[in-house]
Amino acid sequence: MTRNDLLQIQERELAARKKITLRCCQAAGCLSSGAKQVKEQLENAVASAGLSDQVEVRGVGCMKLCCEGPLVQADPRNTLYIRVTEANAPSIINALQGGTAEAQQGDPEAAFFKKQLSIVLANSGVVDPDRIESYIAQDGYQALLGVLRDLTPKDAVEVMVKSGLRGRGGAGFPTGLKWGTVAKSTGLKKYVICNADEGDPGAFMDRSVLESDPHCILEGMAIAAYAVGADQGYIYVRAEYPLAITRLQTAIKQAKQLGLLGAGIFESPFHFNIEIRIGAGAFVCGEETALIASVEGKRGTPRPRPPFPAESGLFGCPTLINNVETFANVPPIFRHGAEWFARVGTEKSKGTKVFALAGKVRNTGLVEVPMGTPLRVIAEEMGGGAPAGGRIKAVQTGGPSGGCIPAEHLDTPVDYESLGQLGSIMGSGGMIVMDETTRMVEVARFFMEFCMDESCGKCIPCRAGTVQMHHLLDKIARQQGTRDDLTKLEELCDLVKNTSLCGLGQTAPNPTLSTLRFFRHEYEALLQPETGWHRNEATSPQPTATG
Amino acid sequence: MAAKTLTIDDKHLSAEEGATLLQAAKEAGITLPTLCHLEGIYDVGACRLCLVEVKGLTKLVPACTTRVAEGMEVLTNSERLRKYRRMTLELLFAERNHICAVCVANGHCELQTLAYSLGMDHVRYEYRTPRWGVDHTHRLFGMDHNRCVLCSRCVRACWHVEGAGTKNVSGRGARAHIITDLNQPWGEADSCTACGKCVQACPTGALFHKGATVGEMVRDRHRLEFLVTARQKKEWITD
Repeated sequence: MTRNDLLQIQERELAARKKITLRCCQAAGCLSSGAKQVKEQLENAVASAGLSDQVEVRGVGCMKLCCEGPLVQADPRNTLYIRVTEANAPSIINALQGGTAEAQQGDPEAAFFKKQLSIVLANSGVVDPDRIESYIAQDGYQALLGVLRDLTPKDAVEVMVKSGLRGRGGAGFPTGLKWGTVAKSTGLKKYVICNADEGDPGAFMDRSVLESDPHCILEGMAIAAYAVGADQGYIYVRAEYPLAITRLQTAIKQAKQLGLLGAGIFESPFHFNIEIRIGAGAFVCGEETALIASVEGKRGTPRPRPPFPAESGLFGCPTLINNVETFANVPPIFRHGAEWFARVGTEKSKGTKVFALAGKVRNTGLVEVPMGTPLRVIAEEMGGGAPAGGRIKAVQTGGPSGGCIPAEHLDTPVDYESLGQLGSIMGSGGMIVMDETTRMVEVARFFMEFCMDESCGKCIPCRAGTVQMHHLLDKIARQQGTRDDLTKLEELCDLVKNTSLCGLGQTAPNPTLSTLRFFRHEYEALLQPETGWHRNEATSPQPTATG
Repeated sequence: MAAKTLTIDDKHLSAEEGATLLQAAKEAGITLPTLCHLEGIYDVGACRLCLVEVKGLTKLVPACTTRVAEGMEVLTNSERLRKYRRMTLELLFAERNHICAVCVANGHCELQTLAYSLGMDHVRYEYRTPRWGVDHTHRLFGMDHNRCVLCSRCVRACWHVEGAGTKNVSGRGARAHIITDLNQPWGEADSCTACGKCVQACPTGALFHKGATVGEMVRDRHRLEFLVTARQKKEWITD
């Protein structure tokens, strides 16, 4: 594969484009409501209308407005069809020739789409994830080509530092600094790992990226590998994402066939291979040291850091671990330049963030917005607010490690620091909107149950503490808790947060702490009146002769 | 090897480079509560009892896996740490069925000793009283899961001192438990060499010699350290 070969593929692909493209979402959300059959019927309808030379039906990745799927979009007129059924197919084709379509139409100019800024999801809903040529047509693999041709590994790290990108897995560690640390670590063998063990309840950003644009991840990983000096990569993806795994396997196979992975990529001395490792269903394996243990074939439990993976990771070698979305940012950064990227977002949080918008909100799906966008814009303008006249009560970010941000703080901009100040975290991108019917104690109990089930059991505070905290939350939610229970709960939150071994335990109290901070009255309203020696004599019934 | 100087609880001391805070403290006569640590096997920092405060760090660090550094200022016995340690022990006592009066290890139990020494005189959390079984299938040893604290000392001794790899941890969270081979009864675990190192390593009454009754399970805690020192340094030294 040379530069010319790549450009030829791109030219051929662009030349083969037809006048009209029907983009048909084939990501997990739409597939679950029949998008596969819709695509087949559209293909049949095109054939029977004799339009095969003018109309292309292209299976694409996520088109973001998941609640209205299956989605079909007709280019170049940009007509968006929503909730498409198989029966709608002939009329959609008919509409291309001037007729009217029976299918419901969505508004591609709505705030949900217009407020988005696509960097990570630029190819999502555009390229066919099963065809590498489709990715190459969108300038795919040109960033890798440019890096290998023009930059030294040190330069590549420098670009990442300048971009200001921070880890999208949730903690927000500066990516350039991480790359630099791995690059400087000495060792004959180094590894790059893509963490695709997305497990927060309500989060599906990484799955969508993998299903919609797998080559972007491969390209990002290859650039990272070149920058840090690694020749082997692993994608650790959870078994619950079968479609993502299939598409990644296809993508790796195609990239190898074209020589974009393997030995001597773009006729340079750089060689890089990627293998997939499938998680067996443990949430804790998203924690980097547990993930590494799992890739090594061991029980997936975390270990104390330091040493950090950058120094001693997979098989004891320096290892770079980044999240899916972090890698997805890499090719655009190298294609457009670090300065271009750094212009988006806030001073300390650069670029965009993808959120999986879910819960009590009209429009659910994927939103990618510049860092610093107020929560209100996401939940109310883009999400359309709570359905059926309800009002938003809180927005939960960061899943079981995050917190609930009450409605009065909806003007908070989404960036790492602002969310942290409110006791939540950016997290990997789950955003659950809650309306007034939501009971916050039950929310806290739900997330605590999740952490209790997912604790690996290695350290005592997390293993036994989450059990006790869940028990106390359950007791309070069932109106059987006392003030003493609430005190115990708060003490345990403090213990588990400060003494647990890994991030899972350290952040497990966050949903409880943040609901206690903003909705303490809901807890107090559920407490039992005080009895025993704490009894307030003035208000309690006086003993009678019989009792 | 270069030495590092540091302060532990206002005591100035020097320690070998690469030594852990736990080793440095021990050398200076400062005792730290430990449960998952055992001389002779590598540390995992799991029990969180040896957590200490280090000036300049926001997080508490386990003394057993943290290396000494020049100028480090360490606090091992603050009010906050004492409180956390007591609470951690309370959680352990509430987690399974630790009933000292009927236990083979009564009087020789590390969990019991820790509770005494750290002033944990009652448990405020609800006892979970789970139903765990007893594996009495091995010809020499027994395992009572009700008394297990999941310190994994037996697992590490089995894998890294004996090299048999019989013991393992299965399950997650509160359902985590020690298994032998592929979750078979201990007596059917072919890989077990019946060396008894796990029994010596166990801090509580979870692993015991068959036939031992209340309070009879006395262990030789230094046996593993002796073996490892003999193997690595070719020195056969007993205390």
